[in-house]
Amino acid sequence: MGKTVKYKLNGREVEAEEGRLVIDAAKDAGVEIAHYCYHPGLGNPGNCRMCLVEVAGVPKPLPSCRMAVKEGLDVRTDTEMVKRAQAGVLELHLVDHPLDCPVCDQAGECGLQDYYMKIGQYPSQVREDKDHKGKRIEAGPHVMLDQERCILCTRCTRFVDNVTKTHELGIFSRGHDGRLGLAPGKVLDNAYSGNVVDVCPVGALTDRDFRYKVRVWYLDKTDSICPGCSRGCSISVHTNTQRPWHNDGKRVARLKPRFSDVNGHWMCDDGRYGFQNLDTDRLGKVLTLQPEKAELPWADMAEELAGRLPGATVVASGMLSNEDWAAFKALFVDTLNTHDFYFSAEPDQLGAEDDLLRRREKVPNLKGAEALGLRSGSFDQLAKDIEAGKVSCLYVIERDLSKVWGEARAKALLAKVPCVILQGPNKGALGDLVHYRLPTTAYVEEEGRFTNFEGKVQAYKKALDPIGQSRPDWQVFQLLQKAVSAGRIKKGVTA
Amino acid sequence: MTKILTQHFDEPKLHELETYRRLGGYKGLEKALGMSRKDVTEEVKKSNLRGLGGAGFPTGGKWETVPPEEKSPGPRYVVVNCDESEPGCFKDRVLVTRAPHQVIEGALIVAHAVDAHDAFIFVRGEYQNQYDVFAKAIAEAEGTGYMKHCSMKLMRGAGAYISGLDTALLETMEGKKAWPRQPPPFPTVFGLMGRPTVVNNVETVSMLPHILVNGGEWFAKIGVPKSGGTVVFSISGHVEKPGVYEFPMGVKLREVLAAAGGVRGGRRLKAVIPGGTSMPPLLEKDLDVSMDFDSIRAAGTMLGAGGMVVLDETVDAVEVAHIIGRFLTHESCGQCTPCREGSAWTERILERVLDGKGTPEDLPNLTRLGENVAGKVICALGETVGVVTRAYMTRFPEDFKKRISNG
Repeated sequence: MGKTVKYKLNGREVEAEEGRLVIDAAKDAGVEIAHYCYHPGLGNPGNCRMCLVEVAGVPKPLPSCRMAVKEGLDVRTDTEMVKRAQAGVLELHLVDHPLDCPVCDQAGECGLQDYYMKIGQYPSQVREDKDHKGKRIEAGPHVMLDQERCILCTRCTRFVDNVTKTHELGIFSRGHDGRLGLAPGKVLDNAYSGNVVDVCPVGALTDRDFRYKVRVWYLDKTDSICPGCSRGCSISVHTNTQRPWHNDGKRVARLKPRFSDVNGHWMCDDGRYGFQNLDTDRLGKVLTLQPEKAELPWADMAEELAGRLPGATVVASGMLSNEDWAAFKALFVDTLNTHDFYFSAEPDQLGAEDDLLRRREKVPNLKGAEALGLRSGSFDQLAKDIEAGKVSCLYVIERDLSKVWGEARAKALLAKVPCVILQGPNKGALGDLVHYRLPTTAYVEEEGRFTNFEGKVQAYKKALDPIGQSRPDWQVFQLLQKAVSAGRIKKGVTA
Repeated sequence: MTKILTQHFDEPKLHELETYRRLGGYKGLEKALGMSRKDVTEEVKKSNLRGLGGAGFPTGGKWETVPPEEKSPGPRYVVVNCDESEPGCFKDRVLVTRAPHQVIEGALIVAHAVDAHDAFIFVRGEYQNQYDVFAKAIAEAEGTGYMKHCSMKLMRGAGAYISGLDTALLETMEGKKAWPRQPPPFPTVFGLMGRPTVVNNVETVSMLPHILVNGGEWFAKIGVPKSGGTVVFSISGHVEKPGVYEFPMGVKLREVLAAAGGVRGGRRLKAVIPGGTSMPPLLEKDLDVSMDFDSIRAAGTMLGAGGMVVLDETVDAVEVAHIIGRFLTHESCGQCTPCREGSAWTERILERVLDGKGTPEDLPNLTRLGENVAGKVICALGETVGVVTRAYMTRFPEDFKKRISNG
């Protein structure tokens, strides 16, 4: 931190750190200054000329993204000079803009629309024909490029040059002919490509997955934590419940990164598009499947299972929240005195890692289990034990064993276990081969905390209602714990 | 008439080291190397030499903004700007072709003054001949021991007008697109590869050997009070004898025109673009304007880089404004929006007016457009479009009205 100095903002005396950019300092003080090219994660080239402010003693407006706060600086963002300058520059941004807002996915969260309403609202003087450029260029698997809407702010090119260092995008040709395009022979397919859509202040780069699914003003936004790996990036879950017939009926429309110390401004594509199966393959009923399929109330199921749990072998995963792990421990360790757990990340939950954000373990909360002293056994040993007939009851929580052992082998192994309980949001490949199915909520339907690989505990909020009878894992564990204790009292056994 | 840079241009072999030295070449550098850096800068400050690439910034004052070694340890650079691209300017081309050693000697003096050990000459891409001349001259100079304190390398542009602007030039040298940087910081603090860099024009550095040999006071006396020495004009257009002419600072426009033989074919003068097409034109009534940075600014235009284009009565101001607008649109780097869009929009309106399809609203709209761009851009190019268009509209309103009423 530099030293704190006093400067004047719109006549008001404000304190700020010396050297902080005026555009940021003003934001801290509650004054938003219009801008396109500046992005706190991508620098301040000063090319969009929107963030102009008036400085006492300077005859022309200056870009606030290129100006540092110093003692005695006298800045105004609300003068006629500033308003005229910004409106004039905005008009120039729009001279060649196609104004295709009705069919543009950015509508509703577009910098051009927002600033036109805020500082524009001038009658158009454009009599000239607009230039035509590429409208539907598939920049990569996730991103669609519309060159006509691009305002050449260079945020996306700076992202691929400075953040991912993959250089897929560039501005080609000069001056008014300049256009955003793909570098020869390249495709925008880096592991973080979706971020260019976020940084694009207009509709030039849109998300191919989200495109045309739902209008942004119908979305609700909830703070959450990405469960895609042990980094635990801060995200915002954008849900579509106001217009359920939109978005192909899916409730989650998209995920967006949210700024935090953990992930900065970004998130990876694996995390961003990892919500696709959220509404498919879901469990909603409390079921016993053998000898025949029957629905049970939660209380009856708990009573039924209470007798089977002693001596059970437990498979779990790092998908559980800290609250889940605590209840898990209370049930299995403290009540049932079981230590036979298998939850480590196996190849089913391991993947690519890099220097930016992605971590090898593709589950969010193995640290939470570790913090409670829980230890995982090896899945190889578990398979051997099942082969040897040593497992009488297998309790599988939020894990698809067909992905650990392969479908055929997992099926063969499960057939050897007299009692298999499946608990989780999804049915998976083995869901019909088990004896009991307990539906639990997905992370967007509950609130909780994950502990990331650095040991940072982060809360996520509930964005959607649970499906059917599903409830959070920790509630299931508590219910079972009560049932086990009640059973013991009945039998006169003390723990 | 006092001549400094072109005084020996009658010598056919001036471009060769031997001839250049016979005529007193490299004496200025020898003298400078015997002086302290501070004294060299002081001498140049005394001379009132101002940047002849167009900006007119005091040369010695620019050098002084290079931070001292203890404040900014590490290399510092000298770049000679030979990216002469302004339409109407071709004096650097002649200065380089005829006297390359004068440029090299000057650059080596700058290097000594600012303690740089690497100098670069950035040559406009189209100047193949000048590049070859420089290459040969540098090779000659390397053999003499004059370059012990400083190496010299040649670099070429790729044909962008805006590379002639110092910060865009530095970006080009770093292998990037010629996109000007938003100052501050200025190149003398944050220049090539982020190091302090002095960028001086060919003509400016060519003056230095003479200032060192004859003294700053001698140089200052030749010009006007705030601008010393001479200025080299490239004169083209409707004159009898177009070419490169050297005059003392403050020469009257009338004398310059007379030297170039006057307006072609005895026609009437319509306008004189004084410094290259980016400058507003002077009119017949301005013939007694003194041609130096400050007087010419008072007359509402700029000395620029001395690219004088003479226009006679046959010229249509709408056509001129359109040609200049088209050029600037083509050469706008496109980095900042007001310039990129403002220049293109201006050109398109002018084209419509030229086609006889203009409307009365077009003229106030062009003025408004120019004002919307002015003062809101990174470099001067964007501003120029509006300034120049407006200048032709206000100086020759009848030409514009004619086009519009014809439509």
